Amino acid sequence: MREIGVSLIREKICELFLSANYAISEDIACAVMEARESEEEPLAKTVLSQLSENYEIAKAESLPICQDTGMAIVFAEVGQDVHIVGGDFFSAVNDGMKRAYDEGYLRKSVLKDPLFERINTGDNSPVILHTDIVSGDKIKLTAVAKGFGSENMSKMRIFTPAEVEQIPDFIADTVADAGSNSCPPVIVGVGLGGTVEKAALLAKKATIRPIGSHNENPGYAALEKSLLSRINRLGIGPAGLGGSATALAVNLEYHPCHIASVPVVVNLCCHASRHSSCTI
Amino acid sequence: MTNEKRVQLPIANETAASLRAGDLLLLSGTFYTGRDAAHARMIENLNKGGELPFDIKDQLIYYVGPSPAKPGYAVGSAGPTSSYRMDPYTPRLIELGLRAMLGKGNRSAEVISAMRKYSAVYLTVPGGAAALISRSIVKSEVIAYEDLGTEAVHRFTVKDMPVIVTIDSHGNNLYEAAINREAKTYIKK
Repeated sequence: MREIGVSLIREKICELFLSANYAISEDIACAVMEARESEEEPLAKTVLSQLSENYEIAKAESLPICQDTGMAIVFAEVGQDVHIVGGDFFSAVNDGMKRAYDEGYLRKSVLKDPLFERINTGDNSPVILHTDIVSGDKIKLTAVAKGFGSENMSKMRIFTPAEVEQIPDFIADTVADAGSNSCPPVIVGVGLGGTVEKAALLAKKATIRPIGSHNENPGYAALEKSLLSRINRLGIGPAGLGGSATALAVNLEYHPCHIASVPVVVNLCCHASRHSSCTI
Repeated sequence: MTNEKRVQLPIANETAASLRAGDLLLLSGTFYTGRDAAHARMIENLNKGGELPFDIKDQLIYYVGPSPAKPGYAVGSAGPTSSYRMDPYTPRLIELGLRAMLGKGNRSAEVISAMRKYSAVYLTVPGGAAALISRSIVKSEVIAYEDLGTEAVHRFTVKDMPVIVTIDSHGNNLYEAAINREAKTYIKK
């Protein structure tokens, strides 16, 4: 049994949310620069240059890439040979997030209650925590700051076996309907199969998969490529003002499904997909 | 950007009418912010016979909820939020004199119709370029609804803020032009 103190978890979570909000990951920065090279529209080139410049300013001056610093999500893979000591795990994660949002000048965008008490919690809490128990004696933490311009444009539909062929249209239509609201170029995270919540979780995880990576299943990898090329013919382009860079990636994740049903969740993420990981 | 037109706020009717979708502007002067909660409260006040918290004639509303300002900065990151959420409130504000809106994403037919009738324009800055856009905001003050926090009405003073005209007062619309160009088969029937 390896002991890990909650203070270390708190500290790491705080660091992860700060770096996620200030520093875009290298794969996205590169993808945006490459997209600029292949754009023909002058306005699209201008917009992509502004996005790159924004990433640089945010990183150099420790400023949020986007004012919508999102709802805070943490994926934790906890080794079964770890003993967490000194307090409870959720509080450590939540407190680390709260510290980042307070001390890092990040926007607090969470309301206490969706319907009745629509009052800001004041500290961006609660964090949304997804924990998996895995083998080993380490903890892998991934912090995600999810903006809601793109979250609002996400869709779910449950397909029947007879409707499976319509799934690619549903994915492309979701991006088309979102237009510029989702802050293109977007990352299209798709979860297919399992149950309602499994598909949603897979879709969220798909939004943070590195740009350029593909599903290990060749059929899904081929569909990712064909959907990306189809979406980039939509014309929406950077900021929705026209161009070929509507999406940087289409990431599909699947799970075995029930004989009656294929749940599909399309979770859109803006180009500013803010996430950061560490292992302790 | 090149070939930008310099525009001083407030924006006169004739100036707005002369702008075309695709124009690149450099805005200077003062304007106001407002997003969901502020719009709901403004309209609620009007319905009760009250007044708007600022003189809306020829003014611009920026749909933004900035992040907190770091010491030494006038404002935090301040990029646009999606404008469609303000659509239900907007035609009434345009009738009252609102001349320009700054946000992201397409607008409803009702908003565009009011823009044509009263010569209003819709402008954008790219979503997710928030630290960059903040550089042109030199001053930020909360002038109403302080209890709404980031959603309070702020008065921004800007200098040479680069924006793009996306929907003009004649109905030209960059979003529509973009998507119709090559993707008709993918648009929802």
